[in-house]
Amino acid sequence: MKRFVYVNDESCGESYCDNRVSNTKYTLWNFLPKNLLEQFRRFMNQYFLLIACLQLWSRITPVSPVTTWGPLAIIFIVSASKEAWDDYNRYLSDKKANERKVWVVKDGIRGQIKAQEIHVGNIVWLHENDEIPCDLVLIGTSDPQGICYVETAALDGETDLKTRIIPSICANLSSDQLGKVKGVLECPNPDNDIRRFDANMRLFPPIIDNEKCPLAINNTLLQSCYLRYTEWACGVAIYTGNETKSGMSRGTAEPKLTAADSMIDKLTVAIFVFQIVVVLVLGFAGNIWKDSNGRKHWYLMYPAEGPWYDFLVIPLRFELLCSIMIPISIKVTLDLAKGVYAKFIDCDEQMFDRETSTPAHSANTAISEDLGQVEYILSDKTGTLTENIMIFRRCCINNTQYGDDSGDALKDTRLLNAVSSNEPDVVKFLMVMALCNTVVPIKSNDGAISYKAQSQDEEALVNAASNLNMVLTSKDSSSAEICFNSSKFQYELLDVLEFTSDRKRMSVVVKEGGSGKFLLLSKGADEAIFPRSNPGQQTKTYLEAVEMYSHLGLRTLCLGWRELEEGEYKEWSKKFQEASCSLDNRECKIAEVCHSLEQGINILGVTAIEDRLQDGVPETIKLLRSAGINVWMLTGDKQNTAIQIALLCNLITPESNGQLLSINGKTEDEILRSLERALVIMKTTPERKDLAFVLDGWTLEIILKHSMESFTRLAMLSRTAICCRMTPLQKAQLVGILKTVGYLTLAIGDGGNDVRMIQEANIGVGISGREGLQAARAADYSIGKFKFLKRLILVHGRYSYNRTAFISQYSFYKSLLICFIQILFSFVTGLSGTSLFNSISLMAYNVFYTSLPVMTILFDKDMSETTVLQYPQILLYSQAGRLLNPSTFAGWFGRSLYHALVVFLITVHTNAYEQSNMEEISMVALSGCIWLQAFVVTLDTNSFTYLQVILIWGNFVAFYIINLILSSVPTLQMYTVMWRLCSQPSYWITMALIVTIGMGPVLALRYLRNVYRPSAIDVLQQIEQTNGPTQTSRNVESATRIYLDQLLTDLRRNKGSIHQPLLSDSVASIR
Amino acid sequence: MDSSNAAGTSNGGSGDGDPAAAARRNTKMPKYSKFTQQELPACKPILTPKWVVSVFFLVGVIFVPVGVVSLLAARDVVEIIDRYDDACVPVNMTDNKLGYIQNETISKECTRTLTVTKDMKQPIFVYYQLDNFYQNHRRYVKSRNDAQLRDYKKANQTTSCEPERTTADGKPIVPCGLIAWSLFNDTYIFNRGNENLTVDKKDISWKSDREHKFAKNVYPSNFQNGGLIGGAKLDSSIPLSDQEDLIVWMRTAALPTFRKLYGRIYVDLKENDTITVKLDNNYNTYSFGGKKKLVLSTATWLGGKNDFLGFAYLIVGGLCIFLAFAFTLLYVIKPRKLGDHNYLSWNRHPAGR
Repeated sequence: MKRFVYVNDESCGESYCDNRVSNTKYTLWNFLPKNLLEQFRRFMNQYFLLIACLQLWSRITPVSPVTTWGPLAIIFIVSASKEAWDDYNRYLSDKKANERKVWVVKDGIRGQIKAQEIHVGNIVWLHENDEIPCDLVLIGTSDPQGICYVETAALDGETDLKTRIIPSICANLSSDQLGKVKGVLECPNPDNDIRRFDANMRLFPPIIDNEKCPLAINNTLLQSCYLRYTEWACGVAIYTGNETKSGMSRGTAEPKLTAADSMIDKLTVAIFVFQIVVVLVLGFAGNIWKDSNGRKHWYLMYPAEGPWYDFLVIPLRFELLCSIMIPISIKVTLDLAKGVYAKFIDCDEQMFDRETSTPAHSANTAISEDLGQVEYILSDKTGTLTENIMIFRRCCINNTQYGDDSGDALKDTRLLNAVSSNEPDVVKFLMVMALCNTVVPIKSNDGAISYKAQSQDEEALVNAASNLNMVLTSKDSSSAEICFNSSKFQYELLDVLEFTSDRKRMSVVVKEGGSGKFLLLSKGADEAIFPRSNPGQQTKTYLEAVEMYSHLGLRTLCLGWRELEEGEYKEWSKKFQEASCSLDNRECKIAEVCHSLEQGINILGVTAIEDRLQDGVPETIKLLRSAGINVWMLTGDKQNTAIQIALLCNLITPESNGQLLSINGKTEDEILRSLERALVIMKTTPERKDLAFVLDGWTLEIILKHSMESFTRLAMLSRTAICCRMTPLQKAQLVGILKTVGYLTLAIGDGGNDVRMIQEANIGVGISGREGLQAARAADYSIGKFKFLKRLILVHGRYSYNRTAFISQYSFYKSLLICFIQILFSFVTGLSGTSLFNSISLMAYNVFYTSLPVMTILFDKDMSETTVLQYPQILLYSQAGRLLNPSTFAGWFGRSLYHALVVFLITVHTNAYEQSNMEEISMVALSGCIWLQAFVVTLDTNSFTYLQVILIWGNFVAFYIINLILSSVPTLQMYTVMWRLCSQPSYWITMALIVTIGMGPVLALRYLRNVYRPSAIDVLQQIEQTNGPTQTSRNVESATRIYLDQLLTDLRRNKGSIHQPLLSDSVASIR
Repeated sequence: MDSSNAAGTSNGGSGDGDPAAAARRNTKMPKYSKFTQQELPACKPILTPKWVVSVFFLVGVIFVPVGVVSLLAARDVVEIIDRYDDACVPVNMTDNKLGYIQNETISKECTRTLTVTKDMKQPIFVYYQLDNFYQNHRRYVKSRNDAQLRDYKKANQTTSCEPERTTADGKPIVPCGLIAWSLFNDTYIFNRGNENLTVDKKDISWKSDREHKFAKNVYPSNFQNGGLIGGAKLDSSIPLSDQEDLIVWMRTAALPTFRKLYGRIYVDLKENDTITVKLDNNYNTYSFGGKKKLVLSTATWLGGKNDFLGFAYLIVGGLCIFLAFAFTLLYVIKPRKLGDHNYLSWNRHPAGR
């Protein structure tokens, strides 16, 4: 399917949507039904609605329907207004974008219209720093060369400038002609691929001949980018409104469910089943009592014959009575708590990166608990573990290695001498460094040149070249000027054979200004360049250099060149033109054509670029590993480089304590055999030894095709893995494999190639780094540096999990407590389903009295951050879900049953006979529950700040104040009841008794466990108490840093000796 | 040309934007507060032996005396209980108690003799006690309309009074509902020797009920006029606020065994005094096997004769002291150092998990 766009001609062509951008989910009219429908998709809400509807039937309802309708309405209003607010804000920003004024040219007349009025085929006129209102095909710019610069940060997160050029067909149009140009564009239907645009364009006479001209992504200006460093540009609207590429790639992510959430759901279902059982049993028994006993009680006036549904009435009454077993407020409480966790993360000063001034941010506020349960971390290497600041360190030119002594080739006098003496090979080498790239030099006002590049490596190379006196001074789409030892050279840039991840190389074809020679300049990965080298050339020393550099953890690139015959180039150029014009499968065709030219390359040399480890990476990885988290490294880099980085950052242990199993092979059989061998070794080696396996993308592809099962087993056994040469898809696949086995995975990365993995993992963490914000935008959390991950997991994740575990189980506890009391009471009411508590008390109990104290747990810390970072093993408790599982829940269940018995029996016995009136007993029982829950929260709180004290005991006082006030309202049932009770000594004595009997055994058991069978958490709390708070976490961090720095330098010194035995001992050392 | 103009404005626009962006960058740093950094000063108590033992000991030490005092108070109360539902049935009717109670021609008068076991100081509370009577049954407890009792204009409001809402011809019953309909109607007259002990039936109900729940200008109407007579009839010339038996009865009990105040006797009774009670045994508890008891009781600051609190306090206090000693002993025999690194699970099994 294609769309035809008729330029500047509104009369013909199909009509496409206008440029009204709409990100809103709802309209004013469909908001209510749509939002309600959405909310009722949740099981809990359906359940509560059913209960609320049943309550409308006054024959069965034990309490006023308000008890359910009230909270239900509040919950609905809260989440609906949150949605509405978000949507309203989206609407406002849409409106702002839609009503922005833009210049369009219609039949040669320029006019200003609102952005939303742009139609497909209109010519839009943009000025410098304008935001591009819709997807355009560039047809003219102020630049005589026909280029312009755009900032695409809003689209792909990359902060560098991109060059856009006008299609050749429009090259010679004057600005007057531009307004009147007519033509047709043939382009694909809207899609979301921001890197592909395969289209072509034809202009109508009389302006120009009727030739078809290919269009690619670099002829387009995409919506939401900005025009920079260009006075004006104009283009034809091709996609508008929500059909633009940025509009199409907007999508709502699936909401993620945490492990804790799904556990809560399971428990809810269990309670639901329990409730049904209770209802059936009590309902059945109630019917029997009614038939056998009820009719004898004349004062009840049971009719001899009831309606047909009579047998349902009592069970339904019990259903309503027991409906409070599932706390209606749990969802709201948890959402609120999660919001607070996220705020804590956003506000954490110790996760604020001062260098780039980026705070940590949690885009997804709902999954903080999962951070505390992470089992696998899958990390990208470049930019995540390393700084992604590329520095040119060494090179090998003409079989001479520079930079070996000092570790910095730029300071190597031999190289400097070679440069000053114009050694031809070195000059050529530098020329390739300066020209073979897509770097844009930008001259600032004071004459200094800065470079904008899409790839950090290229920037490093160009900068290094300029330091070696080979300065790229200016460049546009067709020519470049370099200045070497203060003499200038002009080059005509003919073609760019672009870099793709498949080709792993890029080339440019230039025409030398003076001599008119055609040159092919190439650079690329060693395995992409060496096979294409001139067969006559010796590459052994280069191979050795590559090997050595990658052992040092450096990134290598090979540079080469070839002189082209003019005829050869002309012929090739035609083919290249054709391939670039093809509408389908263009990329493949171009690659093929490029391949045909990139042959017989003369290798000039090898460059080595250092990518330094980020600050604090080794100790972070060490800490995370000792916390029981398995860390895998997934990188697109070479195996040797990856292994070296892994060693440097503590991911793998050097020989004697560790072993690296390499899974590789030349054929499928070899690979599979080596996989099996690795599996056997994994199984037989004692646990103490650190085993890791390493494989590359090609191997993984074969393994996944043939032996998924063995690989899954290997993945489960291996704490560490290094996967190199991974494509973005493979990274996501690995995450997928671990997820299917049931592990909780966290993926961390910084670049666009990590986005899929980040979205696939349970938790995606993005480093807001140099490769742009793309990963950070897709991620659930974004942090400035890798080292903040330890705080994110060990501090925030752990606390969040602990707190959620308490909040959820406590919510069930308090609901069960009140529900059990109702059930116990029903045994003395002839199983008729009378509610002991009145409607106001029930509603206030759930919504008010018990939900405030539980919030105190948001400020609770079971142990200090320092202790957690000192004993990272403690993470195991949250990781293994030891605080929220069926058995801990059974404990809470038992406690609520016990407390219900205590409250009910004591109340019934102290308020027997003449004091047994309904209102008093109900209030005594309710106060008993409030007293108990205040003590339960107190006992389960680990650290008391003034907030806790205020909330717990303030709530307690508030309970009395509220009830005393309610007892002063004559129309209420409970009029004077609370005043009456408070004046009776027996009431206070009863409360003390309830608390003592209720809490005594709990305290005694907890004490015995604490002292005689302590959990690690208990022990650490005791250690903390006995040793006192010695260090704050900031101090510890710096202390460990010094220690680890030492370790690191030791490691670096021994580097040479480490890498050799490591691989030689491994399973498949035969390579 | 327009373009230069437009360029100017757009530049101006971005110029405004830039410092704003810079300012934002500067304020990205989260504001420090002990609250957001979760660094509020906190007290972290842990369960040390010393602490736990002293809590238990303290609780025990407080509870035992309170228990003793409560028990003494309960013992001070003198209570005379007399079950009369069986005894008041004529000998020839013991096989057909229901027939006896439902037959209006048989006289329900009955005389009981009580002996005072101990001196009783006035005021002496007269209760009637019903057993196995479900005032808390859902059909029963809801069968009333408070608005009707409070306001004479709302006499027609009989919702939720089912099945005693209206008379057969549709007139609203005041007070409506099962509770009022089944009002207790046994009466008692007390004599010591020949001396008549007057039972003061004033102020037996809650003051708040008389003043706010049962209005002075609401009179019973159409009450007990239907085919089925439940309990007592009400004098329709007395306003509801003065019908104290009804008010007491309508404070429904939460338990199937309950006492309701009948009246007070403001005379001191001596040990071995004999009291004759002439009673009208009208109320039907025979159909469901409920018991009726007459209770004479004094009261103390803690209420009536209820040992439960005293015994519970003694037992709990004793247990707490016992636990305190047991924990101390346990700790002496088997001391455990708190916060010992060796207890950490990963130190015990270095191989890890």
